[in-house]
Amino acid sequence: MTTEMLAAPEGVQTEFETGSGTGEWKPICWVAEIPVLGARRVARAKGMDVAVFRNDQDQVFALLDRCPHKGGPLSQGIVFGTSVACPLHNWTIGLDTGCAQAPDEGCAQPFRLRVDNGQVFLDRRELATLAIDLVAPMAGPARQTVTHP
Amino acid sequence: MTKKMKLVMVGNGMAGVRTLEELLKLDPDLYRISVFGAEPHPNYNRILLSPVLAGEQSMDEIVLNSWDWYSDNGITLHAGKRVTEVDRVRRVVRSEDGTEESYDRLLLCTGSNPLMLPVPGKDLQGVIAYRDIADTNTMIDAANRYKHAVVIGGGLLGLEAANGLMRRGMQVTVIHVGPWLMERQLDEVAGKLLQKSLEERGLTFLMGAQTQELVGNPSGRVRSVHCKDGSKVDADLVVMAVGIRPNTELAEKMRLQINRGIVVNDTMQTATDPRIYSVGECAAHRGVAYGLVAPLFEQAKVAANHLAQMGIGRYQGSLTSTKLKVTGIDLFSAGQFMGGDGTEEIIMSDPFGGVYKRLVIKDDKLVGACLYGDTVDGSWYFKLLRDGRSVADIRDKLMFGESNIGDVGHEGHNKAATMPDEAEVCGCNGVRKGTICRVIREKGLFTLEEVRKHTKASSSCGSCTGLVEQLLMFTAGADYSATPKLKAMCACTDFGHQAVRDAIVENKLLTIADVFKVMLWKTPNGCASCRPAVNYYLISSWPKEARDDPQSRFVNERSHANIQKDGTYSVIPRMWGGETTAAELRRIADAVDKYKIPTVKVTGGQRIDLLGVKKEDLAGVWKDIGMPSGHAYAKALRTVKTCVGSEWCRMGTQDSTQMGKDLERAMWRMYAPHKVKFAVSGCPRNCAEAGIKDVGIIGVDSGWEMYIAGNGGIKTEVAHFFTKLKTAAEVLEYTGAFCQLYREEGWYLERTVHYVARVGLDHVRKRILEDHEGRKALWEKLQFSLDGEPDPWFEHDKAAVDQRQFTKLEVA
Repeated sequence: MTTEMLAAPEGVQTEFETGSGTGEWKPICWVAEIPVLGARRVARAKGMDVAVFRNDQDQVFALLDRCPHKGGPLSQGIVFGTSVACPLHNWTIGLDTGCAQAPDEGCAQPFRLRVDNGQVFLDRRELATLAIDLVAPMAGPARQTVTHP
Repeated sequence: MTKKMKLVMVGNGMAGVRTLEELLKLDPDLYRISVFGAEPHPNYNRILLSPVLAGEQSMDEIVLNSWDWYSDNGITLHAGKRVTEVDRVRRVVRSEDGTEESYDRLLLCTGSNPLMLPVPGKDLQGVIAYRDIADTNTMIDAANRYKHAVVIGGGLLGLEAANGLMRRGMQVTVIHVGPWLMERQLDEVAGKLLQKSLEERGLTFLMGAQTQELVGNPSGRVRSVHCKDGSKVDADLVVMAVGIRPNTELAEKMRLQINRGIVVNDTMQTATDPRIYSVGECAAHRGVAYGLVAPLFEQAKVAANHLAQMGIGRYQGSLTSTKLKVTGIDLFSAGQFMGGDGTEEIIMSDPFGGVYKRLVIKDDKLVGACLYGDTVDGSWYFKLLRDGRSVADIRDKLMFGESNIGDVGHEGHNKAATMPDEAEVCGCNGVRKGTICRVIREKGLFTLEEVRKHTKASSSCGSCTGLVEQLLMFTAGADYSATPKLKAMCACTDFGHQAVRDAIVENKLLTIADVFKVMLWKTPNGCASCRPAVNYYLISSWPKEARDDPQSRFVNERSHANIQKDGTYSVIPRMWGGETTAAELRRIADAVDKYKIPTVKVTGGQRIDLLGVKKEDLAGVWKDIGMPSGHAYAKALRTVKTCVGSEWCRMGTQDSTQMGKDLERAMWRMYAPHKVKFAVSGCPRNCAEAGIKDVGIIGVDSGWEMYIAGNGGIKTEVAHFFTKLKTAAEVLEYTGAFCQLYREEGWYLERTVHYVARVGLDHVRKRILEDHEGRKALWEKLQFSLDGEPDPWFEHDKAAVDQRQFTKLEVA
């Protein structure tokens, strides 16, 4: 669950993380493709989307796109400092840990992320395995017809 | 690593410890902290001594910071050690037993001492003040062994002591020198109602009586109290509650400047020595030493801010109000409740029902209030008093309280004490009374803001604020209604909305970054509440110059659709004046099929809502239905509701549909501090419900009536009649001018109803009805702002709609 600084000045190489147990790093996008103080959604083969955030210091973070409160899509929130405000009920979620600011409680699943030469990578194994069982909240008539596991 | 600075606090009470808590939140590692406290206890809630005395709470329940709290935070606590000396040159604190600590910063929180009447016998056994745990224990002990108690002083503290002793089974007489009880907080009528109510509970009063002597028995214990008028009262216990005085003994010894307390500046530093801070009852700020919790906590916040070397906060004094903590007695007073030169009074008196209210008005402003028996509107009156806004327009309704002007959501409850624990207090967030009280107790909460954070109660629509404040009162004893004179925009700044907007206009600031720089924002890029506000002030103050920042807009205004609980969106196209065509309906129907949109609903504003649209489909839906954005997601002009009017209706006097369409076409795409809704009715039957809209137009035979600042939401408020107009062109001009005035003067997220309430209807009349040039200029300014404003559903680039949001990144 690391989040790393983007190698901001050009030409400066960031260190590759090569710790054991690390799966393969999947290229996701360029940092420049994420709006400053914004986010992009990353679709996964299974499970809910992962949100990748960028703040004004060009730090990049990855969290499951699901607020621990009522499942709101964090990718749609307002980003400030190292936090995002959930668009549904305005909980403040720390981008580095995924955890809600006290007194609210709960954490969104964080994902390991690496930035190399302006490119964003996520851990393939984490993408395939983390928080696969979590589902998006339901609304509308679908709520009555679908039964939850 | 640099060595930590040393902070020593003298006095282990509520204001001081709150300062430490605030400081630890800001910078936990800046200081090595030591605390000296004269009492052998950790910090406890002094205000709750009365409920402890009355047997309603236990001593354990009122501890605010346990012993563990001090050690967990690395604080050295010298409990039970009174500080007797401070050497300001060597910067060393010394206590009675010789313990020494050196300091880089010193925080003096020595609180206050009770006054003792200098009468013979004051040193007898059984004669005490009422100030701390030791006094409370003495009283509880006496109640177990003796029969007769006398309390000298019929003020707040004295009555709470008397009530507590009576609840513990003693026969209590209150001797009060004044003509009625609590004469500094209550007027005569309320004071006498209070006395009657307390007499019914079993207290005895000697009013206008002066204590002459306390007489003891041979073993040295007090036996009776003799008054100057010759009356004598049996007493095994005498509690003196005649007032408190800031405890400045140590400060005097340190040769700090004293004037009604330790003199401090706006950053809570002592006037004499900037290394030394003082907060709490011992500190005199601008000549006032406060004795209530809320102002002291404000001081704590400022002192902590400064100690943490952030140096931005300033304490600017507080307005305070009074409540009595005697269960079952509701009273409230604030401001100049006794009246005075040039004041008028509105009085409601129902002695049989035990309700009395007195409102004091001067120059059309509420300047004082005294409430007995029904205090739910205390906080509302207090707000009016603090804001100093004109009450001329609501004068006739003022006495009946805020709920009388249309509050909903809490079943009309107005007495929190009588509500059962399972009753819902906050209808928005489903919070019950029992939950609120439990959380207040468990987390040691004191302020409305804290309760909102922890329970969410009253944090949404706010209509139950009065009830929550009452619960705070009963549970924590907090005098919550003391509030800062100026409300900051959010935690990122000390400036309020007006100051920020003024700076933007005066200095021609064009970017959020500039605003944050000039206004010394405390956070690098604000937060989710200040950024949208600042963005709005920029684009409304400098149209076509300041650039809209989509990342500082709430998701709905970034996606141009309304986010739903499952993360999908709703799409509401604009239907001019609520009219549509077969072609439009076909396109809508086709889009519903094509994008499998689960719900189609007719809105209250005569439009069609497509619910459950996936974000990826938004742009396709907009394009397919080919109708303009309805801005149903934005702080902007939303619907213009119309009736069919004279075109069809046999009663219609004016073509309201056309008028509505013209208004809508002239003003759509208009961003505003909050959403704006219009309605146009063709006759006074008012089928378009124009009476609860921001601007309501009602056709009459001779022209149009214009109503403003109505609201159909939380606070159902009927719009004010504004003016009568002859032509459709005038309706456009006056409506546009009013909207522009609101755009320029309304604070972000302030609906027109609250805006007009704040500035007063007279102000709006002057600007729109009396100043003809000004009105025309406002209307022109609005037209200038709207000219060329893009439709975000079709002109994505011009409206700065980031296309990237509509596509997901795929993992290769």
